[in-house]
Amino acid sequence: MEVVRGMRQYIIRRLLLSVLVLLGVSLLVFLVLHFMPVDPVRELLMQHQTGTAPTTEGTISDEQIAELRKQMGLDQPLYIQFARFVWNALHGDFGQSWRNKRQVLTMIIANAPDTIELSLAGMAISVTLGVVLGTVAAVKQNTAFDTIAMILAVGGVCAPGFWLGLMLMMVFGLKLGWLPPIGSGTWRHLVLPAVTMGIGGAALVARLTRANMVEVLRQEYITTARSKGLSERIVVAKHALRNAMIPVVTVVGLSLGHMLGGSVIIENVFGRPGLGGLAVDAIWEKDYPVVQTTVLMMAISYVIANLLVDILYGTLDPRIRYN
Amino acid sequence: MPEQQLAQAPKTGAKVGKVENAQLRRFFKLTGVIIGTVILSIFVIGAVFAPVLSPFDPTEINQNDQLVPPSAKHPLGTDQLGRDVLSRLLYGARLSLVVGFVSVGIGGAAGTVLGLIAGFAGGYADLAISGLVDIMLAFPGLLLALVIIIFLGPGLLNVMIATGIGSTPRWARLVRSSVLSIKESEFVSAAKAMGASDTRIMFRHILVNIVAPVIVFSTLGVGGAILTAASLGYLGLGAQPPTPEWGLMLSESRNFISVCWWSATFPGLAIMLSVLAINMIGDGLRDTLDPRLRGRI
Repeated sequence: MEVVRGMRQYIIRRLLLSVLVLLGVSLLVFLVLHFMPVDPVRELLMQHQTGTAPTTEGTISDEQIAELRKQMGLDQPLYIQFARFVWNALHGDFGQSWRNKRQVLTMIIANAPDTIELSLAGMAISVTLGVVLGTVAAVKQNTAFDTIAMILAVGGVCAPGFWLGLMLMMVFGLKLGWLPPIGSGTWRHLVLPAVTMGIGGAALVARLTRANMVEVLRQEYITTARSKGLSERIVVAKHALRNAMIPVVTVVGLSLGHMLGGSVIIENVFGRPGLGGLAVDAIWEKDYPVVQTTVLMMAISYVIANLLVDILYGTLDPRIRYN
Repeated sequence: MPEQQLAQAPKTGAKVGKVENAQLRRFFKLTGVIIGTVILSIFVIGAVFAPVLSPFDPTEINQNDQLVPPSAKHPLGTDQLGRDVLSRLLYGARLSLVVGFVSVGIGGAAGTVLGLIAGFAGGYADLAISGLVDIMLAFPGLLLALVIIIFLGPGLLNVMIATGIGSTPRWARLVRSSVLSIKESEFVSAAKAMGASDTRIMFRHILVNIVAPVIVFSTLGVGGAILTAASLGYLGLGAQPPTPEWGLMLSESRNFISVCWWSATFPGLAIMLSVLAINMIGDGLRDTLDPRLRGRI
């Protein structure tokens, strides 16, 4: 009973802390964009006049600028602007894109499924590959397989994702023609980007799984399980792996952040739509409402993922005391 | 000081020296460290002697030598503009290593000061700094550096600043936890009792005692900074053409990989090998200086 109460209190505390962190993230993004050396009103007016690049500065009158500044609420004190931004965001209103006048939330909703699909597929590959590689390396400790697996894991951590993507695209997409090198829409389009994304994560998971498995395989309860006459497969899969997996959960949760950050690059390499591509395009086009919302959404996902991992961690390992 | 103690002092010093020598010997016996040092030395020599070793000008466009495969004249081939890939890689090593070290310098300095203040002062200072660190850590991976680049604008110098600031929260967290673990030590109490100022205690007593994790984290951070900077370069937010930066080289060659495998393969290999070498040395340093850091860093 006390454990349940402790866990509930912990979850409430973590939720409140997450809300504070998210408020801080919103403030940071808001301030960064507010203090940009670019005047959003001038930028917007110039884009309206030209339709594309800001090239007609001379034709904009001060009255036009003042009028639009008032309309956008930019004449208000900073704290009121921030409060309104948070209030509107809580009501699902993230403003309009300066480029195409579409609602930013609509653009996010249109692009998010592609990024979520890629991140989940990448994570599935990294966990499967990492756990299998790490477990076999631990079981076959100090053999050639162990050495090769760990060299691959170290290489996977150090290889830049965009290079790995280009290499996979070159070999499997262009030379062998097995998979489409760019684009999206079918599962075949997902394979190369997901493998690219998964390899970096798999390397980390493999190293951690191996380290934990080596530790767990030395424990007395494993000797007991063996002495009961259980097969080595059952000992490894049922007794050792379950216990070795607990710290791996944390890494998997944290790797969601790397996947979201990595999506910026991977989507760019494979010409896939998604939040990463949306953010980079918006940076180049100085479409700040889109940048602000995309960054915020990614940070929110990361904070929520961390929260879930923390809660899951305690559920998996009852020894962890929440108070 | 009693004579007996005076006589013992040099002995203690000699013992410490022996321990350090033993540590150094153990460090250089580690296979990973040997391999890492050899690879990194090749990159450093290549970077330092780039003007001598480069067979061609790294930015010189040659219309007659476009997309030439590796040959005796161009050992690593040429790119879509006829520029020699080897020459560009050698000059690129300069940029990548400088970016790696400067970024770590910026992130390390800022994070160490923040972590020292948060850990030592406690109270509201700790609350404010830890809050800021938590907020910055809520940005996944590359995104924090991207947000900073949006503010500063593209360019190599800004990449170093963005990468440095992006790594600051991790530095601050590491230093804070290290400070917390030693600030109640007797030597800190003794310094306080002798009337030492807070600044003196932080920098002269505490900082020197957390130097092991700082060195290890710096080394491993260089590899991470090279990767982040290359990623920003790939997105076009770092060095601008015709700079021979490795990430930018990859970005420029991506449209030609079906006909020119070498111009994308070698810059990527250079990034991977340099990061690998630095990480191997970092792992060795960690295992030698403070094995308890395994899993934390």
